[in-house]
Amino acid sequence: MAYRWTNDLTTKDITPEHLYLNRRQIMTGLAAGAVAGGLASPAIAQDELTPNDYDDITNYCNFYEFGTGKGDPAKHAHQLTTSPWSIEIDGLVDRPGTYSLEQILSEMTIEKRIYRFRCVEAWSMVVPWNGFELADLLDMVGVQTGAKYVGFETALRPDEMPGLRYPVLEWPYVEGLRIDEARHPLTMMATGIYDKPLLGQNGAPLRLVVPWKYGFKSIKSIVRITLTDREPKASWNQANAREYGFYSNVNPQVDHPRWSQSTERRIGGGLFQRRQPTLMFNGYDEVAGLYEGMDLSESF
Amino acid sequence: MTIAHKINGLQRYVPVWSVYVMSVIPGALFLWAGITGSSGPEPINVLERSLGEFALQMLILGLAVTPLRIWAGISLHKYRRAIGLVAFGYVFLHLLVWLVLDVGILSQIWADIVKRPYITVGMVAFLLMVPLAITSNNWSIRRLRRTWKLVHKMTYGVALLGGLHFVMLSKGFQLEPLMYLGTVFGLLILRLPPLQYRQVQRN
Repeated sequence: MAYRWTNDLTTKDITPEHLYLNRRQIMTGLAAGAVAGGLASPAIAQDELTPNDYDDITNYCNFYEFGTGKGDPAKHAHQLTTSPWSIEIDGLVDRPGTYSLEQILSEMTIEKRIYRFRCVEAWSMVVPWNGFELADLLDMVGVQTGAKYVGFETALRPDEMPGLRYPVLEWPYVEGLRIDEARHPLTMMATGIYDKPLLGQNGAPLRLVVPWKYGFKSIKSIVRITLTDREPKASWNQANAREYGFYSNVNPQVDHPRWSQSTERRIGGGLFQRRQPTLMFNGYDEVAGLYEGMDLSESF
Repeated sequence: MTIAHKINGLQRYVPVWSVYVMSVIPGALFLWAGITGSSGPEPINVLERSLGEFALQMLILGLAVTPLRIWAGISLHKYRRAIGLVAFGYVFLHLLVWLVLDVGILSQIWADIVKRPYITVGMVAFLLMVPLAITSNNWSIRRLRRTWKLVHKMTYGVALLGGLHFVMLSKGFQLEPLMYLGTVFGLLILRLPPLQYRQVQRN
């Protein structure tokens, strides 16, 4: 069942292509003008949910399998073979098996959703995603009653992913959600951005998007989904449990041990963009019920 | 004529003041990239990091002067003060970008300095550099005599803290910051008296 969640904005609010492609140039011009004119800062007011430029979204990425620099994924991800693509769905499901992407997409309804995206590094974007609800995919394979968690795994292709040469994290990248989080109507599997198919650097051909959690939870280029009865491994949590909790909900009150999470900088505003306050659950208050009775500073 | 001789000979044509003039170039390029947007959609972070990294490179170059003379016969002694002052200048700009463009919120700045170990470490390194920069002149050397040498050994600590600052702020296991810290360690080990003594004997 698609369309269980809608934001106030509709597709017509998505910036037309000729504008989003040009915004950077326009802003660059403004910034250069402001500096030349001796002004302190250019007045670029970003509307709350004005999507970022396609250029920014596809060039400023964290996808360590392609390198740790923000520009590395855009440089190397074209090497990733995304067709054919299949996803192994196993564990506590009624119909386990290897599903081809076409097979899955033929049963899903693709919709557009404009979500805030907040990175654990304290920057953020607004992304107009295309995709379907994860709940629909889970229904397709039939989740058994004992399943309490969903585990995800990214492709592991040393020949196509130069970043795998370095032990930055334990490969392959894995992530997980509690089943009620996975079933929440906000949780989606993305297949595109700005109505274009996902590029490798953004997690082609299929990735998770959980907008109330830090970006690293939204695992990219998924090849395996496993339903389990115990908490699955999550890469950053494995690497450093003190800094990255299993839940990793966006929470301005719980700082990363090494930096504050109370503010964030929206990407794309140039040299004089100010920080803005970070919102609880990244502004998606409708998920608060999932965590009722939990101490979110303990289960961070 | 060996390479070392050639380099030493070239120094006659490269006055110290030209180091100061040239030192403006990287900073201007970093800033220009940020203004024009060619450094990407998050220019503040890139500017902050480029300035910090260049400062660390200058600190390392400063530390390399003595080992280069002992082990390779290359004498860059004449430029050492300039290198150190340029490093200080870039650390200062790095700090300024963090204060004004990056954080920009007074309460958060103070909280970060106190609560975030990597920022505390960076801040301490900067504060240790202040007396070094102030006393980087002939008058101070004459006035302080032996104390001057002792005080300026603090450069070792500053470079170690700078390298540590970079390692501490990285996510996951990353090679680049570790290479900087390793280089600093290496250059300090080359200064250990037994190593230096043996090399001087051999010469």
